[in-house]
Amino acid sequence: MPDPIRAAAGRTIRVGLLATCLVDLIRPRIGFATAKLLEDAGCKVEVPQQTCCGQPAFNSGDRRTARDLAAQAIETFEDYDYVVLPSGSCAGQVIVHYPELFEGDVAWQPRAKAIAAKTFELTVFLSDVLKVTPIARFDGTVTYHDSCSGLRELGIHAQPRKLLGNVEGLRFVEMKDPDVCCGFGGTFCVKYPDVSNKIVEKKTANIAASGATTLLAGDLGCLMNMAGKLSREGKEVRVLHIAEVLAGMGEEPAIGEPER
Amino acid sequence: MTQEVRSRQFNETAQKALADASLQKALSRFEQGFISRRKAAVEKLPEYDALRDSARDLKDHILAHLDLYLEAYEKNVIASGGHVHWAATAEEANEIIYGICKRLNAKTVVKGKSMISEETGLNAYLEARGLHPVETDLGEYIIQLRGETPSHLISPALHVTKEQVEADFRRAHSSLPPERNLDEPTSLLAEARGMLREKFLNVDVGITGANFLIAETGSSVIVTNEGNGDLTQTLAKAHIVISSIEKVVPTREDATLFLRLLARSASGSELSAYTTFSTGACRPGDPDGPREYHVVLLDNGRSNILGGKFQEMLRCIRCSACMNHCPVFHAVGGHAYGWVYPGPIGAVLTPALAGIEKTAKLPNASTFCGRCEEVCPVRIPLPKLMRNWREREFERHLQPAAARYGLGLWAAFAKRPALYRAATSFAMKFLRLFGGKGRFRALPLAGGWTKHRDFPSPQGETFQALWKKRSGAR
Amino acid sequence: MKGREAIFANIEKSLRVSGDDRLRAETVAARLAKHPRGIIPARGQKPDGERLELFKVMVEAAKASIAVLDRKADVPAAVAAYLRSKNLPQSIRHGDDERLSHIPWANERTLEVTKGASDGAQLTSVSYSFGAVAESGTLVMVSGADNPTTLNFLPDHHLVVVDEKDIAGDYESVWDRIRERFGANEMPRAVNWITGPSRSGDIEQTHLLGAHGPRSLHVLVVRSS
Repeated sequence: MPDPIRAAAGRTIRVGLLATCLVDLIRPRIGFATAKLLEDAGCKVEVPQQTCCGQPAFNSGDRRTARDLAAQAIETFEDYDYVVLPSGSCAGQVIVHYPELFEGDVAWQPRAKAIAAKTFELTVFLSDVLKVTPIARFDGTVTYHDSCSGLRELGIHAQPRKLLGNVEGLRFVEMKDPDVCCGFGGTFCVKYPDVSNKIVEKKTANIAASGATTLLAGDLGCLMNMAGKLSREGKEVRVLHIAEVLAGMGEEPAIGEPER
Repeated sequence: MTQEVRSRQFNETAQKALADASLQKALSRFEQGFISRRKAAVEKLPEYDALRDSARDLKDHILAHLDLYLEAYEKNVIASGGHVHWAATAEEANEIIYGICKRLNAKTVVKGKSMISEETGLNAYLEARGLHPVETDLGEYIIQLRGETPSHLISPALHVTKEQVEADFRRAHSSLPPERNLDEPTSLLAEARGMLREKFLNVDVGITGANFLIAETGSSVIVTNEGNGDLTQTLAKAHIVISSIEKVVPTREDATLFLRLLARSASGSELSAYTTFSTGACRPGDPDGPREYHVVLLDNGRSNILGGKFQEMLRCIRCSACMNHCPVFHAVGGHAYGWVYPGPIGAVLTPALAGIEKTAKLPNASTFCGRCEEVCPVRIPLPKLMRNWREREFERHLQPAAARYGLGLWAAFAKRPALYRAATSFAMKFLRLFGGKGRFRALPLAGGWTKHRDFPSPQGETFQALWKKRSGAR
Repeated sequence: MKGREAIFANIEKSLRVSGDDRLRAETVAARLAKHPRGIIPARGQKPDGERLELFKVMVEAAKASIAVLDRKADVPAAVAAYLRSKNLPQSIRHGDDERLSHIPWANERTLEVTKGASDGAQLTSVSYSFGAVAESGTLVMVSGADNPTTLNFLPDHHLVVVDEKDIAGDYESVWDRIRERFGANEMPRAVNWITGPSRSGDIEQTHLLGAHGPRSLHVLVVRSS
């Protein structure tokens, strides 16, 4: 087992895994896939008692709740070497928005900045920080959707593709407009269902046209949105989180498939 | 607000737009063209991002000194023989313009495209007083015939098909022989050119907007492709410029910086066909040009936006790049936004000018995908401004009770980790009982989701519960 | 004064400034006096020998046509040839620009030349540009009796003569020449930047030429000797 990163102090890196509420509630196997990838790379993974990063409150204009949940998360995670999340949007909340939330707060802003500096989305952590190549095999034609926050707040684009490029047997095809929104947008998809539907229809058309039989992304909200539409349209595309494929769990029930 | 604000009806108008097949066809044609052309034009300019940073900084500098630049501008307009009129409100602006037309006994009034005149409802105001201003921008001309408002900042008739244009022309151009072939855009254009040429050659008052006002020289700048703005001002006896106050820039070099970004961001050209810098009325010896030059400067709430959390939206140079890249705009078009300014800029400007109470749907109708901010030539943080509006909405308890209650409930649990774990553990096990097929086609309380898509069933136990079990077992 | 007072009072209140802040006033005055240039793209900084080539490329990209002539005396033949190629009558109108009256129009015996502004009845006009910009293929026209503005917009076909030496790399250089000609912060009634013929994309996003201004723009560059 490769053990490439020993922290400067010569001890094992301790990673706090912020699973995100969707993963926690709906699809724990993403959490396990994430943990496996980190452990295989030599990290010690812990999952402290956690709730929500606060993004839904933040985007709904409830700044006070967003701040309270941010403070809670900071307290929970700030003593780890790194904080890793299997989600671009939740990682973006910590990295970009936590410091904003505490602007002018002499006690909390330094702590927010400190945690932001050591928080990473999973594919970025694997590719750019640990610089590891997970060894995995996956038979199938895969396309990847770039979730908006990950792409535009954190610049995530090359990393997932690089990691997938190293998966044996995997054939990668780029869909048309992979970087265009899927229409999820948190509460947007339930507040404006018809508009959201129009946006996701374009996305599923592009997915189908790509010839891929598997759809991957780094955000469960987007994946649930696209999976739900694909299955309503009767399109047979398996939908998984990229962590699952990289961790060798690609053959387990996909999102929306019954558990065996 | 002289033009009625219909943003409350966003959902209804959006639904109609989604069901309108010819609008959807127009929108998909538009989507492809604008995006690819802008991208190509940006790639031809390696200095593009550096220019955007300069443009942002320059706009912030201007806004911080707006009063002083406006003073200098006024001084130089007057020195070059022009007149400056200040309108704190839309009503005042309309009154001033009507006053000039009345004094000159104007019969024929023509207009170049001006979004500010849409904002003040100038046309309706003049019509009610017996004047019939004719729009000369082809897109504006078409929608004027249709009795509609523009659905896009720079391409006002984006939502209209060529068949509809033909029908409108036949209806309105009474001298058109019925056997005249009008089924191609070229023949439609020729028809409009001929029709409007008649008006141009007889114009009393020409009204244009302004993309920029230059303080250094007292000049106004218009950017057009058709040449209609130029004919409007050159052939008129009096040229009236209507502009909002934040359009002022210090010098010609500063205007040039923005001009390097404007057409590129808007439609993917280096420059529009005609960029015209107008200063005062005709000089002694000039064989053509207006004899009077007036500038009407409109505030209409912008001075309130200065210095506050929403100031960045005043950087806008009205290029339309934001809406050209917006997935929501692509889905429903511009009329759904319910007022003058559509797309992401409309979602932040409309609440600022018309109040968040009437317009809260607009900053909420966004996925925060961030493409708008990515392409904005002056780096307006549009998603952040929309979020700021959502905060105002929340603080003023304007959100629908169900939404507020639902989020409040979520927050109450999320702030209590032990309770959260217990409650979610239970809830997911409960849901799982019904989710044997792997997905729900319908789910109580989640009708918004399941109306159009299936809801994937949860695995049943939460990650935290499973992790605890597994760690315990190790 | 009511509207004006209200507006300025509100601006000052929002910005939390007072009208008599010396530092702010000095900052503004300095910028207006010094008119600093912003970033000028590399494409706008082509040296003398390379500008004409770039100018040609950009003019054609803007859907105008361009011919390069060795001497001013070649202009009448070039104009006559253009008119023949477009099946237009041999008739042009131009302004009082001295440079235009020094062109030997009489060499083209069938060419009718009238002078003055346009009243909408002319099919073809000829102007002499104040300057041009290689960065974008733009012509810079200045209003007045020399080159009446209506000649830029009313006729169907617009021909513009440009001296090679007047093709600047960037827009900023032309602004400096305007300052030299008209005064530090003075302008003629109109400065037109013209980049290609009139066009519109308003009907189904189809790009068409000849909306209200000229359908066709033809540039004649006279080389520096």
